[in-house]
Amino acid sequence: MITVGFPELFRLVLPEVIVVAAALAVLSVDLLFMRAAARRTRFAVAAVISCIGCLVAAVQMLMVPQQASVFDGMLVISPQTQMIQIALLVMAMLVILLSIDSTFTPHVGEYLALILFATASMMFLVSSENILLIFISLELLSLSLYILAAFNKQSVRSAEAALKYFIFGGISAAFALFGLSLVYGLSNSTNLTQIAAAIKNPLDPLLFAAIVMVVVGFGFKVAAVPFHFWAPDVYEGAPTSSAALIASSSKVAGFVIFYKVMVIGFAGAEGSGVWRGYVSGWVPVIATIAALSMVLGNLVAISQTSVRRLLAYSAIAHGGYMLLGIVSHTPQSFDALLYYVVTYALTTIGAFGVVAVVEDKIGGDKLSDFAGLSRRAPVLSFCMLIFMLSLAGIPPLAGFFGKFYLFTSVLTAQARTLGLLWLVILAILMSTVSLYYYLQVLKRIYIAPTLDDAGPIRTPIVAQTILCLIAFGVVVLGCAPNILLVWLK
Amino acid sequence: MLAWTIYISFLAVPVLLLPMVSVRASRIIALLTAMAGLGVTLVVFAHQQSGEMMTVTRVAWIPTLGLEYHLAADGISLSLLLLTGIVAVAGILFSWNIEHRAKEFFALYLALIGGVYGVFLSFDLFLLFVFYEIAIIPKYFLIAIWGSTNREYAAMKLALYSFAGSALVLIGLIAAYVVAGAKTMNLVELAQYPFPVHFQMWTFPLVFIGFAVLAGMWPFHTWAPTGHVAAPTAASMLLAGVVMKLGAYGCLRVAMTLFPRGLDAWGFHVLGFGSWRDVFALLAVIGIVYGAMVALVQKDFKFVVGYSSVSHMGFVLLGLMTLSQIGLSGAVLQMFSHGILAGLLFAVVGRMVYDRTHTRDLAALEKMSLYKLIPFAAATFVIASMASIGLPGFSGFVAELQVLMGAWRAFPPYMICAGVGVVIGVAYTWRAMQKAFFGEAEPGSLHTLPPISTPERIGAIMLIAVSLIIGLYPQLLLNLVVPALNSPLFDGLRKGSWQ
Amino acid sequence: MNAFPFISVLTAVPLIGAFGILCLGAQNKKLARGVALAFSFMALALTLILWHRFDPASGALQFEELHAWIPAIGVQYHVGIDGLGLLMLMLSAVIVPMSIAASSEIQERAPLYFSLVLFLQAGLFGTFSALNFFHWFIFWELSLIPAFFLIRLWGGSKRGPAATQFFVYTMVGSIALLLAFLAIFQSTGKFDFIDLAELARNGQLVPALVGKLGWHKFGAEQIALIIFFGAFLGFAVKVPLIPFHTWLPSAYAEAPTGTTMLLTGAMSKMGVYGFLRILLPIFYPEMRSVLTPLLWLAVATIILSAYAAFAQKDLKRMLAYSSINHLGYCMLGIFAVARFTGNDGAFALDKTAALNGVMLQMFNHGLTAATLFWFVALLEKRSGGLRGLNDFGGLRKVAPVFCGLMGIALFSSLGLPGLNGFVGEFLILRGTFPLTTWATSLTVIGLLVTAIFILTILQRVFAGPLNEKWSQLQDLTVGERLELLAPIALMFVLGLYPQLVLGIINSTAMKMVQQLRY
Repeated sequence: MITVGFPELFRLVLPEVIVVAAALAVLSVDLLFMRAAARRTRFAVAAVISCIGCLVAAVQMLMVPQQASVFDGMLVISPQTQMIQIALLVMAMLVILLSIDSTFTPHVGEYLALILFATASMMFLVSSENILLIFISLELLSLSLYILAAFNKQSVRSAEAALKYFIFGGISAAFALFGLSLVYGLSNSTNLTQIAAAIKNPLDPLLFAAIVMVVVGFGFKVAAVPFHFWAPDVYEGAPTSSAALIASSSKVAGFVIFYKVMVIGFAGAEGSGVWRGYVSGWVPVIATIAALSMVLGNLVAISQTSVRRLLAYSAIAHGGYMLLGIVSHTPQSFDALLYYVVTYALTTIGAFGVVAVVEDKIGGDKLSDFAGLSRRAPVLSFCMLIFMLSLAGIPPLAGFFGKFYLFTSVLTAQARTLGLLWLVILAILMSTVSLYYYLQVLKRIYIAPTLDDAGPIRTPIVAQTILCLIAFGVVVLGCAPNILLVWLK
Repeated sequence: MLAWTIYISFLAVPVLLLPMVSVRASRIIALLTAMAGLGVTLVVFAHQQSGEMMTVTRVAWIPTLGLEYHLAADGISLSLLLLTGIVAVAGILFSWNIEHRAKEFFALYLALIGGVYGVFLSFDLFLLFVFYEIAIIPKYFLIAIWGSTNREYAAMKLALYSFAGSALVLIGLIAAYVVAGAKTMNLVELAQYPFPVHFQMWTFPLVFIGFAVLAGMWPFHTWAPTGHVAAPTAASMLLAGVVMKLGAYGCLRVAMTLFPRGLDAWGFHVLGFGSWRDVFALLAVIGIVYGAMVALVQKDFKFVVGYSSVSHMGFVLLGLMTLSQIGLSGAVLQMFSHGILAGLLFAVVGRMVYDRTHTRDLAALEKMSLYKLIPFAAATFVIASMASIGLPGFSGFVAELQVLMGAWRAFPPYMICAGVGVVIGVAYTWRAMQKAFFGEAEPGSLHTLPPISTPERIGAIMLIAVSLIIGLYPQLLLNLVVPALNSPLFDGLRKGSWQ
Repeated sequence: MNAFPFISVLTAVPLIGAFGILCLGAQNKKLARGVALAFSFMALALTLILWHRFDPASGALQFEELHAWIPAIGVQYHVGIDGLGLLMLMLSAVIVPMSIAASSEIQERAPLYFSLVLFLQAGLFGTFSALNFFHWFIFWELSLIPAFFLIRLWGGSKRGPAATQFFVYTMVGSIALLLAFLAIFQSTGKFDFIDLAELARNGQLVPALVGKLGWHKFGAEQIALIIFFGAFLGFAVKVPLIPFHTWLPSAYAEAPTGTTMLLTGAMSKMGVYGFLRILLPIFYPEMRSVLTPLLWLAVATIILSAYAAFAQKDLKRMLAYSSINHLGYCMLGIFAVARFTGNDGAFALDKTAALNGVMLQMFNHGLTAATLFWFVALLEKRSGGLRGLNDFGGLRKVAPVFCGLMGIALFSSLGLPGLNGFVGEFLILRGTFPLTTWATSLTVIGLLVTAIFILTILQRVFAGPLNEKWSQLQDLTVGERLELLAPIALMFVLGLYPQLVLGIINSTAMKMVQQLRY
């Protein structure tokens, strides 16, 4: 166990500290000085403070790259994890900026602080390889997200969503904790690498039970089938920015840690999910839930009439694709997974941003509310076009390259025998199906005639700018993915 | 320089969408863009002495994966680029009268053209795939917004079929990429890589079918008649004229070049088939005859032309499967010829007839005596029909002749069926021409129709002239295509069952 | 090959004219007709120049042009004419102005009409001079399509079915022809008529066919026969030979009379030309092997068409069947020539006479039949569309010039010595009698019946009591008399001095006969 003194520790966790400090600053400023101001001003000020905090943290990480592994893996910092943390910070900033125009709550400071707390917990989560700290960060994240989901006190849906989220989440956390404790029992260590070293018998039933339970816990986090039931309701009920955060950063963090736990922690017990080459282990388990997620997510999305629920099921489907990156547990597949999940997160934030504007100006998020949007808000519609097509996997957008890279890395894992080809085929075919429901949204926007009393919509300027920025980013990352690839390595 | 065809087309898209551009200006911008693309292609065409491959641009794109931005053209690509340019210009001329959301129409049209140019110019398979998929979305919107019968269903069907086909292609490409060491997607290098034979035996049909879906191979052709009928004229011209050729081009350029051993004999026989070559040749011939027979009984004028496209593309696929130089060059020539003629036929049916009479029902048209009301359209259709039957003097003759000759050497019975298909082709073309244009109206029931406008005339004459020129002097294209077929790229194809 | 490309220019002249008229716009009827007439006279002048420069003593090809065109499929631009070709070019050049002159009553869409006529003329010129199947077939079809439209758009009341029948028959024949030649190309790699005739003469054609197209169920003879039948069908429909003739009466009757003149004057000769230029040199052995049935077909054509003509009540239909009858003689002559006589020069003289007769008959019949239809057109114009045999009577009294001139043409058709119709028939019968005595004897019946129905025409229309309806019938105007002067004069000239034509074709006929020996 490598220990460091507090000053050193402080230096290592400075980014997280800055974020927490920003959260506290937001809270104090809002509670002390801004109570009388208009909601939008309060939001603006709080957003500015939060963004400054995040920026400072990000810049700090860029300027002072670290490499450390301390306290039994509780804090493992490498350039790659720092890049992931920067990505999380960027996503938090985007969500915060998109929430500026929200009208659902008077508790501005609390809301943004919670977002920042969630971000900080995610930052801890991705830089940890110790099951104890993983669990703590996971719980911190989950608690923040539960509250964020419930924040719209005027909406029954929001409360219902949060309740479901909380109950599901609590149970899954229990599973995860139980599994992790079994793991501790088996290996007498909380550090992932030491755990892997300690596993002597990969076919130990106890180990197997532990694996399954851990998978349940993390599967819930990434909304994989059959642990996905919370997702549609939460996506539908939570306020848009909360949903955006849940759908984006939490997914990023969730997948990163899922990967680490499985690949590093259960390193000897992979087994094999190769076609006709089943070997007992966690790989076939994850392969199965990946396949189920891809199929179920895409097929159920077809019949959705609410865009939010559609995005939820599509999230489940995308989660399935991303699980493939864990199935083929190579460093290249981790890079591909990172690329995919980061671009996916950005796109989802954008999609939710559009939904927020539509809900605000038109009144709902049903497909029919989007009718004729291209004539009413051309720029907004174009952004949505980019997001939907990227999610569908149409080149030259980021979503396509993500899929391509991910599938290639999955196949490369078994390059000679192409054993995982069946998963890739399933993924590509399901991806084809997904085009149908993304086109449904675009059909409403571009083709359906406008409703009778529909005039042009003025998108708020901040939202418009952010959405255009994200759309631009998606296009650029699709055309020149090297930028992100190199950056994430 | 050829890369400019892509760039100009894509650059025009945001220009067209600027709010300050009027509808009139947008037409002119679109026309100038298309003409510029055609001009560039013609200049390169004129300078090109042989069909050897010439690299246009080659830069590293995603070094991590070994993917390059590699544009190049050989004789085959150049012929198809020329086709695209011509049909693009003609399509814009025939869309001159569009008023509803005209700017978006031209923007989507040019985006589609840009994607198509990109496919024909790509020599890196990843890039080819990217452009191939880019072309799908503009097609969807073009049909769904400006189409006619059943347009939303037709557009979705087309988009999903194309996407499914490209999904199959993607599986094959990724598999090939990984097996070859995940270092490069360059066409030339992958063509030289010795993929294991059993590997090629399943990737070849996968990729071939994936592309053949877009080429309208039976039985994956059902999107084509629905799609063509629903699409607005310029889109059907592009769809039948160029986009279906994308599929056939992919079959030749990707499937047959990368996995030539997939065409070899299996060593055993199943239902009389001994290799994928036999299977696809049969499917091609079925397409020829089925398309022709179904066209014969159609009541809707545009459906006749739609099914005739399926029938003619069957010739292309049959030519590809003959695995002989004459058959393959016939296939490429047929791609060019049918592209021009399909464009012309759809232009007459859609723009000249339907836009004026608002009906495509042959029985209704028969009562209108269109040859008296719009004689130019009647004359154009007659000439186009003669050409599409394969009358010597027009481009179709040499193409079909070469395909038939190649087929005779490889599959004599199929050649006879294809010949029967040609004869049925005469019949359905004849029937459509008679009914649509030369019916006799009840006396006194004739009303006037708007005359054929100048852009339509220019477009029609342009297409007829091209078909005539290539028909009378096919060496213009054959000089490019035949050396391209002899290039080292097709070495793998020339072993095995090459005739 | 450095010579002036007369033939290409000749073929181009009507094409340019046709395009020019199309660009004139739809309104100028008189101008269109004038321009068409001008271009057709230009073509006539060019053919006269060709005649002047033609060397009658040599039977070889002259004015030959040979250029590479599509090497990939063995196609070259190869044109040239010998005596036969020159004769046909001249016939076409003469008939077309006659047809245009007779088409004065075309009102609707006149420019299109005249441009189609000129396209047809270009097709004729091309067919008669092309020596490579590729562009020969282009021109063959190029004459078919305008003819179809001429019938379809300007014809009589039943023009729809007539045109369709015409199109379908000829198209089926053309397809058969195309397939036959594709099969030949597949086996030999050649499309050139001269080369193929060479191969046939050397006995290499059949082995090549068998080699590439061999199918174990068929023997060598049978394969060759199948290919022969394909080509035969294409030409037999065009001539036409009974039983492939059923399209003709309706087509001739329903077509506007100017078009009928073209059909009978020039287009029907395309069929006979095909037999002479293509079938006979290339498929000589196959023709020989089915000679008897072919002869029967020719005899049937002659006799049955004569009877059929006799049974008609419509003047145009009578003349249509009479056309079939006259061309039957040509077919008899050609088939008789195919009779094998060995390598010695036996029957060479008779064969030459027969072939001379055939070519002469082609020209003469073209001229005469076209003139006859012209007369019927003039009659129709005056009678308001009536042209039945029994509609008239005693016209001699009111329109003596008309009856006189038409009478001359009718007698020429009958074969009266002194007029041009006689010489051709005489030479044919003179040549075929030694070759196939039985067939020639049977055709005498045809001669008799022909005489009967022509005399019937004369009697019912011109002689007899005057039908009161026509007492105001106008005789020929001065203009018409001048226009008709040329063909009538030509009939006399050729009747009295056939050497004018024989001089051109004799060497060619001799060469053909020579090349048929092997």
